[in-house]
Amino acid sequence: MQKSIDNRAWFLVAPVFMLVAFNAILPLMTVVNYSFQDTFSNNQFFWNGAQWYVELLDPRSELGERFYGSLGRSLAFSAIILAIEVPLGMMVALAMPKRGAALAVCLMMMALPLLLPWNVVGIIWQLFARDNIGLFGWTVNAIGIPFNYTNSAISSWVVIVLMDVWHWTSLIALLCFAGLRAIPDAYYQAAKIDGASRMLVFLRIELPKLQRVLTIGILLRFMDSFMIYTEPFIVTGGGPGNYTTMLSINLVKIALGQFDLGKAGAMSIVYTLITLSVCWVFYTIITMREEKEGAA
Amino acid sequence: MTRRVTLFLYLLFLMLPLYWLVNLSFKGNMEIMTTMTLLPQQPTLKNYAYIFNSPEWLGGLLFSLGYVALNTIISLSVALPAAYAFSRYRFLGDKHLFFWLLSNRMAPAAVFALPYFNIYSAVGLFDSIWAVALAHCIFNVPLAVWILEGFMSGVPREIDETAFLDGYSLPSFFVRVFVPLIASGIGVAAFFCFMFSWVELLLARTLTNNRAISAIMTQAISATGIDWGLLAAAGVLTSIPGALVIWFVRNHIARGFALGRV
Repeated sequence: MQKSIDNRAWFLVAPVFMLVAFNAILPLMTVVNYSFQDTFSNNQFFWNGAQWYVELLDPRSELGERFYGSLGRSLAFSAIILAIEVPLGMMVALAMPKRGAALAVCLMMMALPLLLPWNVVGIIWQLFARDNIGLFGWTVNAIGIPFNYTNSAISSWVVIVLMDVWHWTSLIALLCFAGLRAIPDAYYQAAKIDGASRMLVFLRIELPKLQRVLTIGILLRFMDSFMIYTEPFIVTGGGPGNYTTMLSINLVKIALGQFDLGKAGAMSIVYTLITLSVCWVFYTIITMREEKEGAA
Repeated sequence: MTRRVTLFLYLLFLMLPLYWLVNLSFKGNMEIMTTMTLLPQQPTLKNYAYIFNSPEWLGGLLFSLGYVALNTIISLSVALPAAYAFSRYRFLGDKHLFFWLLSNRMAPAAVFALPYFNIYSAVGLFDSIWAVALAHCIFNVPLAVWILEGFMSGVPREIDETAFLDGYSLPSFFVRVFVPLIASGIGVAAFFCFMFSWVELLLARTLTNNRAISAIMTQAISATGIDWGLLAAAGVLTSIPGALVIWFVRNHIARGFALGRV
């Protein structure tokens, strides 16, 4: 049945609109304001035009170098964790028990990392991966591979990637599991009658049904990993050097550390525009698919 | 068979760091730094005793639970009518509004940290649970709307119409008939609001004078001479609320994580 057209629905939406507007539009306007101004002393602002943006987007300037460096690291991080978490999550979802007590135990164990405060996740991995007191760091060193995430770039990346895989793969797995459960048994029976192989069942029945949940999963994971702050901040603090300084860590350093409001403002706007455009692409894909299914 | 092995290895991978956390929390600092043992040789409760006897730590825990609860209540009470509007009506700008809401869920908290600090200081809410609870609404309200809309769209529209024919007004229909129908959806939305407010650090730290439990823990790291045992014990204690919440929603976890959209 069609939704009825009624503009009075705005009254129902108004509280949400006002609350989020207070939290989103007001601060965003402040940031836009900062990004076009410069300040010499306290609270004496003057117009600076697009100067901060020019500096930000110029890879030869100091700010530009920091921006492109951290943007590259953030994108690389998101790409790596997606490449690991999506296939792994699907594999886990396919391997999960279908019902009973085993399923309940499995679900609860998997959901646990998702419910930990992000700084606790950082602390857990710090305790787990340090070369002197951590089981993981100590073991890796004991079998002869030098591993110390406080002074080696590779080690620090291994730690933050492993940490994110540990933290979030379950989200993908739970999404896929919910998607798999929605497949009617009749599909599998039909496949059995046709003598389809396991691989074919996966490609032709399971994967298409998973598309929808996977889109949501990839969207959530991309966004959250692209704005990741707390976990790498706790574990590596952005170091060694700048090797794990993600976009958000850089931004917080500039905004709250150096109080460079103009630079931070310009960087925030560009950062927000990137996330917004990616979000829009995913949203369009999701709604287009929902409309197609609605029409069919 | 390979399935069992995959699953077993994965769960082992999930549990190992947690086991190590619990293990360290029962050790003294001396033992942590000098020996590498799989079980505490001289088990001690002094890390836990320290936290329970420190007003700062205990206060931080209560402060955090306070803003999380407040945020969950605010988010759900504004999201319920909005989600109903999105699932039942078409109105001017609905699709744009929905996208705009969602985009706020995706906005990096780092962008908002500084302006929030200014705004919430200006209105005199800085360092209160209200500041953090309201600030966390920026990602929890859109999420709650999205989840609730998914669950509500699963309820046939005929039910609304029958109720209206029976003489229910919209508010009384909503409270008496509709809310019980989507109770599990509300539970799932509450779970997610709790989760994302509980796990967040950056805004909670920026908007308070290090009152939130997460901020107190972070301070303990940057202080000179890290007390590893204490940190581990604090980690265990702050994991407990999450574990309890999982227990309550265990039957809805899978559908919930798919945001009611399967």
